[in-house]
Amino acid sequence: MGRNPVTWLGSPTFPDAARRSLGDTQLRGNLRKATTTIRGKRESAVAELDDWEQLRRAGEAVKDDVLANLDTYLERLESAVTERGGVVHWARDAEEANRIVLDLVKQENADEVVKVKSMATAEIGLNEALADGGVNAIETDLAEVIVQLGDDRPSHILVPAIHRNRAEIKEIFAQMPEPPDSDDPRALAEAARTYLRRKFLSAKVAISGANFGVADTGSIVVVESEGNGRMCLTLPETLITVMGVEKVLPRWQDLEVFLQLLPRSSTAERMNPYTSIWSGVTPGDGPQKFHLVLLDNGRTSTLADEVGRQALRCIRCSACLNVCPVYERTGGQAYGSVYPGPIGAILAPQLAGDLHDEQAASLPYASSLCGACYEVCPVRINIPEVLTHLRAEVVEAKGKRTPEAMAMSAAAWVFGSRRRYEAAQKAGSLTRLLARGGNLSSLPWPGSKWTDTRDAPVVPKESLRSWWRRNRG
Amino acid sequence: MASARDEILGRIRAVDRPVSPQVPRDYQRQRHADDPVALLAERIADYQATVHRAATRELPYRIAERLDGRGTIVAPPDVPGEWRVPGVSWLSDDPPLGVSDLEEAAGVLSGCAVAIAETGTIVLDAGRAQGRRVLTLVPDYHLCVVHADQIVVSVPEAIERLDPAGPLTFISGPSATSDIELDRVEGVHGPRTLEVLLVH
Ligand code: SF4
Repeated sequence: MGRNPVTWLGSPTFPDAARRSLGDTQLRGNLRKATTTIRGKRESAVAELDDWEQLRRAGEAVKDDVLANLDTYLERLESAVTERGGVVHWARDAEEANRIVLDLVKQENADEVVKVKSMATAEIGLNEALADGGVNAIETDLAEVIVQLGDDRPSHILVPAIHRNRAEIKEIFAQMPEPPDSDDPRALAEAARTYLRRKFLSAKVAISGANFGVADTGSIVVVESEGNGRMCLTLPETLITVMGVEKVLPRWQDLEVFLQLLPRSSTAERMNPYTSIWSGVTPGDGPQKFHLVLLDNGRTSTLADEVGRQALRCIRCSACLNVCPVYERTGGQAYGSVYPGPIGAILAPQLAGDLHDEQAASLPYASSLCGACYEVCPVRINIPEVLTHLRAEVVEAKGKRTPEAMAMSAAAWVFGSRRRYEAAQKAGSLTRLLARGGNLSSLPWPGSKWTDTRDAPVVPKESLRSWWRRNRG
Repeated sequence: MASARDEILGRIRAVDRPVSPQVPRDYQRQRHADDPVALLAERIADYQATVHRAATRELPYRIAERLDGRGTIVAPPDVPGEWRVPGVSWLSDDPPLGVSDLEEAAGVLSGCAVAIAETGTIVLDAGRAQGRRVLTLVPDYHLCVVHADQIVVSVPEAIERLDPAGPLTFISGPSATSDIELDRVEGVHGPRTLEVLLVH
């Protein structure tokens, strides 16, 4: 078995990466703007439903039921999909999933495929594997196009190019045959439409992920905004869907919970523009060949961890990213994984399954334990609890604390209370604190241990306190 | 060597798993709205789609009004005869149209299966007057007829009404993206103009 690509090979540990991105004021500006907007919108979208808490508890319970009976529901899903003309494949890890997909694409004699944004395929590095096999994978989600054409990495679950502002996007799109003539979002969207239209109409094979797969009915659900999903799910002759095993839902009825929780938590809308649901193959309508690849890649070992398994309830809404003070300051790429932010800090190391890997082991420290993520999570994942649990495991795995782990413990500890923020603020700024080079001698242990390297201090643009007050009221 | 399937299922079965919880269904499965038609109209309009009302007997007239001067309009083979108003160049999906025909058409007229007032959502199930999914996807303009008895208030009511067997498409406003600075911009790949005719 090869290395799990859920974390990016060669990524620096979180504190090192965070130190770098904290110096990038453009990045921080872009992120602050975007996350502030979405935070406010999410709150009003959620406030509209007076049964939000009941929905969250139902969502949590349905997902726990899934985890408790995962084998049963997967077998049920398999037979329902098969009955309706689909073919189900099982993949133990990224390598196996990539091989299955590549073989299926080759069977169709295709050298180009269109893709709907999917976390599972990003997690397994499918595009790279297809490229190695001579197949060009074309991302069709606007944000993914920005990432792909910018030769960049994603930094957010829902909006992988959240770190880019409109002016930067216009520059990236300049390489399109028909580049946008302004940085107005409408013009940028229009350019993407023109760029992708021919690709959609000529593609023979599409690849998607799945937000949900209903065991009872074999229904696969893809939630999206732009219509690129509908294009991929409708036009090509062959559709290959890669779905993490934990995405299965027991009953059709369960969708009534998740189709309320997901849109309001992710794009902060009453409903996202498009949701497609299909079951196997529909004669004369849409793809006439359908393959479902059920992916483990670290999920069953995560399931074995009593505390950590709740991360498998995640519906990838990204609400926890948008409220996270650490994410907002460091950006998503600092996490070195397709899963950044609070969910990434607990999911990526568990899927990677190797706490001796310095980078993966540093992720559970990428948090202040402030609890905002738990409050917004639509399936009530107690992220702080899992973080604490994983930190203990990291310590156990290593036998001793590494400087990185120590550095992050210190950051986490300082983030942990208002009083300590203020102390840290007196001693320097948060930015300097994370920069490891600040003068922290006035801080009590463990902050005082965090002085092992001497980097040029990053000059703060704004004190943490005023930032905190302004953003969290 | 065990198959991947057996191995994954085996790994799951080897785990000491929690007992499965009872799912609390104390959220609102039905919601009340004084005027579901008005609520639907308001919520659809929030997505920058246009909503027009029509009494049953004036529907053909309203359809003609919307489609006047637009050019070729695609129709699923089973749209009611009176919807195919004169003065419009109709393109029926019988025999099935090619994608290039759909590309060239100015728009599409369809019915729907269910509409959800609270979220401003129209659901197509490929049933009567809706046709294949591609018909309502490729043309840039979509006129959708919604009858009052197809409207429910909440998402749970819609899920209950829908048949999971058919391919379903939930449509809430015209295609849009939030990918640029997390702000909603209308009009990417799906129909950029969505108009809804509410018949009551
Ligand atoms: S952990 Fe919760 S809040 Fe974060 S992405 Fe997953 S479901 Fe959303």
